[in-house]
Amino acid sequence: MQYFKGKSVYKGVTMGPVLVYKKHGEQVKRKSVEDPEAEIVRLRKALDTSKLQLQALYEKAVTEVGEASAAIFDVHKMMLEDEDYLEAAINMIRTESVNAEYAVTMTGNNFSQMFSAMADDYMKARAADVLDVSLRLARNLCGDKEQGMQIQQPSVIVADDLSPSETVQMDKEKILAFVTVHGSTNSHTAILARMMNIPALVGTDLDISALSDGMIAVVDGFEGAMILEPDDATCENVRRRIREEEEKVALLQELKGKDTVTADGRKINVYANIGNVGDIGYVLENDAEGIGLFRSEFLYLGREDAPSEEEQFEAYKQAARMMAGKKVIIRTLDIGADKQVDYLGLSQEENPALGFRAIRICLKQPDIFKTQLRALLRAAFYGNISIMYPMVISTGEVQRIRAVVEDVVQELEEQGIQYRVPEQGIMIETPAAALISDRLAPMVDFFSIGTNDLTQYTLAIDRQNAKLDDFYNPHHEAIMRMIQMVVENGHKHGKWVGICGELGADTELTQQFVRMGVDELSVAPSMVLKIRKIIREM
Amino acid sequence: MKSFRYTITDEIGIHARPAGLLVKEAGKYESSIRIKSGEKSVEATGLMAVMSLGVRGGQTIEIVVEGSDEEKAAAGMKQFLEQNL
Repeated sequence: MQYFKGKSVYKGVTMGPVLVYKKHGEQVKRKSVEDPEAEIVRLRKALDTSKLQLQALYEKAVTEVGEASAAIFDVHKMMLEDEDYLEAAINMIRTESVNAEYAVTMTGNNFSQMFSAMADDYMKARAADVLDVSLRLARNLCGDKEQGMQIQQPSVIVADDLSPSETVQMDKEKILAFVTVHGSTNSHTAILARMMNIPALVGTDLDISALSDGMIAVVDGFEGAMILEPDDATCENVRRRIREEEEKVALLQELKGKDTVTADGRKINVYANIGNVGDIGYVLENDAEGIGLFRSEFLYLGREDAPSEEEQFEAYKQAARMMAGKKVIIRTLDIGADKQVDYLGLSQEENPALGFRAIRICLKQPDIFKTQLRALLRAAFYGNISIMYPMVISTGEVQRIRAVVEDVVQELEEQGIQYRVPEQGIMIETPAAALISDRLAPMVDFFSIGTNDLTQYTLAIDRQNAKLDDFYNPHHEAIMRMIQMVVENGHKHGKWVGICGELGADTELTQQFVRMGVDELSVAPSMVLKIRKIIREM
Repeated sequence: MKSFRYTITDEIGIHARPAGLLVKEAGKYESSIRIKSGEKSVEATGLMAVMSLGVRGGQTIEIVVEGSDEEKAAAGMKQFLEQNL
C-alpha cells in the first residue's frame, strides 16, 4: 500500500483500476531544408487543418461538458491565429532553414516558457495550452493521426498532465477520477472534474513510471490523497464511504417535494438566488420553494440603452409564470460605478462600494426607477412577485421609494392598465439599516439580509483582497449580533426576515439561523436540498 | 492619437477568453491599438502578447489608439472593456 499526496479539486471518493495516460508525442527532430518557402506552405496547411480540428473539438465539448468548459478550444484556435506566434515560427524556418515541425515546437516552447515565468498562477497554467496547440500543429505536419485514448472499463486516469484536447476525447462515462503530477487547480482537468462531479488530484507527488495499468487505486478528494494497492481494511473502509456518498446524493434527491420543516414543526422557506430567467431551470430542478433574490441587473448590463418597460414586464412575467405561483422576489436595479453602464451616465469613483449605486441611483434618476416599477407592478398582476430594494440606509429613503411607487400607481390607474401592488421589502446590507431596523420594520413588508455587503461594511474588509484573508472571519460576532437584532426587530412588527447573502448557504450556520428565528434562507440552487436536509434534521 | 485609461473589474484579469475577444475587437479597426500596463506596451491585436501582460483585476491599463478611425476605435474598445472586463 502506497500513499501519495496531491491537491484536491473536487471532494469525492472513488476506487478503481489505474489507467496510465501516455503521450505519444515522439521527439521532433531538427532537419535542414532546401526550400524554406515550401515548409511555410506546409505550415499554413497544417494550421488550417488544426483550426478545423479545434472547431470540431469545441463543438464536441459544448455538447458534452458545456460552453464554459469548451471555450478553451476557442482560445486554442485564437492562439493559432496569433500573428506573433506564426511570425516567430516562419522567421525560424526562413533564417535557420529548418523543418516546420521543429520550428513550431521550438516556438511553442518559447511562448510556453514566457507564460511559465509569469507571477500569476492562472497565466502559468496557460503554458500548457501553448504546448498543446504546438503539439497539435507538429502532429498535423507529420501527418500523425490523433488518437483518443481507449478506456475499456471505468478507470482512474493517471497522467503527467492532461491537455483539454486529450480529456475531451475520453469517454466520460468511464472516468472515475483524474490524478495528475502537474497541473494546477485552475487547469482544465480541474474544471472538468468539478463539472463532472468526480474526484481529482493535481500536483500529485508521484512517479508515473512506477505505475502500471490495472493497479487498484483509491482517490480521496476529501483528504487530497491517492492510495495505491490499498490493503483489505482500507478497501473495506473506502467501499463504505463510497456507499455513504451515494446514499447522501440519493437522500438529497428524496427530499424533493418535501417541506422544509424542523422536527418541532417550524416551517422555513428555502428559496434560490438567480441572475437571469435562464437560471429558473436550476431552481425548479432543485425544488426551491421560491426565488428569494432575482437580480434584475441582467436586463441592464451589456447594452446601449436602458431596457424598456415592455421588455422588463415580459421578463418578470415569464419568471413568475415559470415559478407557477411560488414567490419570486425581484430586487430592483443594483448597479454602481464598478459596472459601467453608459446610459446611466455614472462617472468613475475612487470607491464604488461606498458610492453612487443601487437605490441611490434609482432615487436620483426617477425615470429609470419608474420604468422598472411600472414593469414590476404590471407583472405582479400575473404572478406572485415581491419587490425588494437594495442598499437602503434610512427611513427617509423608504418614504421616497413609497412616494415613487404611489406616483406609478396613480399613472397606471389613470391609464387603465392592470397592476397589483405586491409585497415590498428592503435589503438589510448596511450596518446603518441593521441598527435602525426597529424604525424600518413598520414601513416595509419584509427584510432580506444581504450578508455579503453587510459583512464588507461591518468588518471594513474587501473580500477580493487576498491579503486580508487572515483578518476575515465570516462568522464574526458583530455580524451574528446584527442578524439577531434585525430578526427581532422584524418580528416585533410582524414582518418576516430572510437571509440572501452567501452566509445563508453556510451549512455551519444553518441551525443557528433557524434558532435565531430567521424565516427564509435564499441560497444558490445547488444548495437548496442540502439546507433542507439540515433543517429537517433539527 | 486618442488614449484612455481603464481599470479592470474582472477579478481574474485579462484571462484567455476575454483576451481573445479583445484581440478580435481590436482587429476590427484600421487604427493601430496598443495596450499599456505598467512598463509594458503591446499591440492589442496579438493574443499571446496581450496575455503576456498578465493584467489582473483592479489594475489600470491605458489604451492608445492612432489612425484613420481612431475616434470609432477608441469608443469601440472602451465599450468592449466595460462590457467584458
